Amino acid sequence: MNTRLLPFYATLLICALAYTACVMQFPAMLSTRVAGNLLTDNAFLGIAAVGMTFVILSGGIDLSVGSVIAFTGVLLAVLITKYGVHPLAAFAMALVITTTFGAIMGFIIYYLDVPAFIVTLAGMFLMRGMCFVMTTDSIPINHEFYSMLQGMYYRLPGGGRLTFIGCLMVLVFLVGIMMAHFSKFGSYIYAIGGNRTSAELMGIPVARTTIAIYALSGFLSGLAGIVFSLYTSAGYSLAAVGVELDTIAAVVIGGTLLTGGVGYVAGTFVGVIIQGIIQTYIVFDGSLSSWWTKIVVGALLFAFIALQRILVFLSTRRAMVNATS
Amino acid sequence: MTDPTVLLAARGICKSFIGFRALDAVDLTIRRGEIHALLGENGAGKSTLIKVLTGVHQPDLGVMELDGQPIHVRDTLQAQQLGIGTVYQEVNLLPNMSVADNLFVGRQPMRFGFIDRRRMEKRARELLSQYDLHIDVSSDLSRYSVAVQQLVAIARAVDMSGRILILDEPTASLDRHETEILFATLRRLKERGLGIVFITHFLDQVYEICDRVTVLRNGKVAGSELTSQLPKMQLVSLMLGRALAAVTHNVRRDRQEPETKQFSFKGMGRSRSVAPFDLDIGEGEVIGMAGLLGSGRTETARLLFGIDSADTGQAAVDGVPVRIRSPQDAVALGFGLCPEDRKTDGIIGDLSVRENIVLALQAQRGWFKRLPRRQQVALADKFVKALDIRTTDIEKPIKFLSGGNQQKVILARWLATNPRFLILDEPTRGIDVGAHAEIIALINQLCDDGMALLVISSEIEEIVAYSTRVVVLRDRVQRGELAGDDITTTKIMQKIAAEPGEVHG
Repeated sequence: MNTRLLPFYATLLICALAYTACVMQFPAMLSTRVAGNLLTDNAFLGIAAVGMTFVILSGGIDLSVGSVIAFTGVLLAVLITKYGVHPLAAFAMALVITTTFGAIMGFIIYYLDVPAFIVTLAGMFLMRGMCFVMTTDSIPINHEFYSMLQGMYYRLPGGGRLTFIGCLMVLVFLVGIMMAHFSKFGSYIYAIGGNRTSAELMGIPVARTTIAIYALSGFLSGLAGIVFSLYTSAGYSLAAVGVELDTIAAVVIGGTLLTGGVGYVAGTFVGVIIQGIIQTYIVFDGSLSSWWTKIVVGALLFAFIALQRILVFLSTRRAMVNATS
Repeated sequence: MTDPTVLLAARGICKSFIGFRALDAVDLTIRRGEIHALLGENGAGKSTLIKVLTGVHQPDLGVMELDGQPIHVRDTLQAQQLGIGTVYQEVNLLPNMSVADNLFVGRQPMRFGFIDRRRMEKRARELLSQYDLHIDVSSDLSRYSVAVQQLVAIARAVDMSGRILILDEPTASLDRHETEILFATLRRLKERGLGIVFITHFLDQVYEICDRVTVLRNGKVAGSELTSQLPKMQLVSLMLGRALAAVTHNVRRDRQEPETKQFSFKGMGRSRSVAPFDLDIGEGEVIGMAGLLGSGRTETARLLFGIDSADTGQAAVDGVPVRIRSPQDAVALGFGLCPEDRKTDGIIGDLSVRENIVLALQAQRGWFKRLPRRQQVALADKFVKALDIRTTDIEKPIKFLSGGNQQKVILARWLATNPRFLILDEPTRGIDVGAHAEIIALINQLCDDGMALLVISSEIEEIVAYSTRVVVLRDRVQRGELAGDDITTTKIMQKIAAEPGEVHG
């Protein structure tokens, strides 16, 4: 078996075990209602995590995700409520701005040869600051287009709701999976994550791809911001603090190596769902502090990083045995 | 220009790096259907010239013409589009992707806007079968040996190069059979009218397959001749720029084995690394360690130097039992180790020659007793002179030096600590004939000065030349020791290959 798939299977197994354990304690969790809510509640996290998966696969990191989500939310609120812009036009403007912002970060990372960590850290502060420039209040959005989108859902048997934003996340994941494994852009990302020098010598357009990766992450963060705005019906400067870290956690739990080059977009989906299940469990239990989510996610992260190290160790040793025998 | 057989002509190529002229008005002409050897010592400018031809570096001056049309190669992608395919010296592929991905990345067969994996893998299998390589192309490249990876790199370059194929030391990691397959492929491509540039250190291969030879020396063209009109002796003197007499390093030196063995190791071993062995070394002798790649040579060195801790065994220096649990312990006892892979284990690329030289001495003194700058400079100057390290300046970052000179700097680093026992792991790997002879002369001199040396090498003639005794390893076990008149190439070979079928590692 391919050892690279092992972390992915481990994630799937943990997800199944966690869900089974939850259902054994609270049988009500085995319902389409819970499943539908899992998708809806984690839609913005999932969409941002797809972008993060590509960034991490290429060997980079994007710390600006949470700030971009908050920025998008505030921008939408201001445009719609203060300037009377139609939400669709506001969405388009937000996506153009966040995508351009991502592309600029990618440009700096490649051409000025600055570590992605620093550039996106600066981007994180910049975007968060821009929120406060626009407004310091939490602005509620009341627009019939919003109500319409929020009211769009498919009723599953059992009463669960497959909402618009939940479907959007699943769609983004499907497109992400196709892009990672069946497009040239996807193969370039894996190539750069595998070895940037080799990729360059093999004639892969590293500059263009790097910029596109961060532009894509900016675009998906903007989309996540739109979804978050639909989800909360408000724009608030202090929203989505630390979401970038949750997405990184989802990506790593999903079996993607932080050093890049190895991982699956589908794994990230499972990583997001695991985090959702833990949260749902806490809601069902009622007595636990919501901080238990962070504690469990922290423990899982440690476990997965350890697992990856062991797998890397085992596969290099096997390679050595192969080479000598 | 007017000669229709000329495929690629580069004229007056100049390239400088920070005050160091790597290429000085170099001309290179590649004709259709010709295999053109590019030779020269390390640091002569071969790699730089290749990188200029393939667009990795831009020349400061000079023109290039392909099929009579002037070209400016901006990057590797454009070089590929022009039909110039390259295999670089270190395998430059993507270990995390499948073999098929590596062959076709950037030019995958597409179907309905998606990569057609099935067709890609089918074509990958067809491509590799030309090289007698029948492997699972959907597996990760990292699962295969370096030789297979090298063949994949060659297959990719050959498949992409419509007109020019450049091979930078392609045979270094190939065995005889694989080399023959490669040569057969090259002859086929040559008939198709490709121009092939072949860089190698193996002079026999030059005469076996190349039509023409261009020799570079110190960034200039030392000569360009038809192979058939260039005797080997003349070729070597072109490369070295001096008479061949200086290179007679393969003459065996007779040396008395010292009676007292200051360094003794009994039953040293580590599970899954190297089986327990005994080793005694006296000051003033060189022990040669022979064996195939992966036979446990490097593992032995790591054990002796305390990088890996031994599970069993006892070490003694001057008859006093000692424990070597870390390299610091080993350095304190007067040991030194020049590792095999100088790029990852030896040099610190961004530090200057001076800083690299004083590193071990400073570590030995402890970080709070800093060596005065004046002393550092004096030390660096002394070794640059003594070992003939070719650098414009001792403050130059070591990564700008050639392989042989980097090796000498690492040697200088340990010599500066005045070690009593020095372990050299493949000190002559990847360096040219001239630097080779100098390193061997140095080993002999250090030994005469009373140092104990353990030298690991794949080059058996070299081991024969300087060893007092030879230890042979096979499959991670010490298989025997040769001394005195028994040290001959044949006898060492017999020990290494004791059982048939084990020669290919």
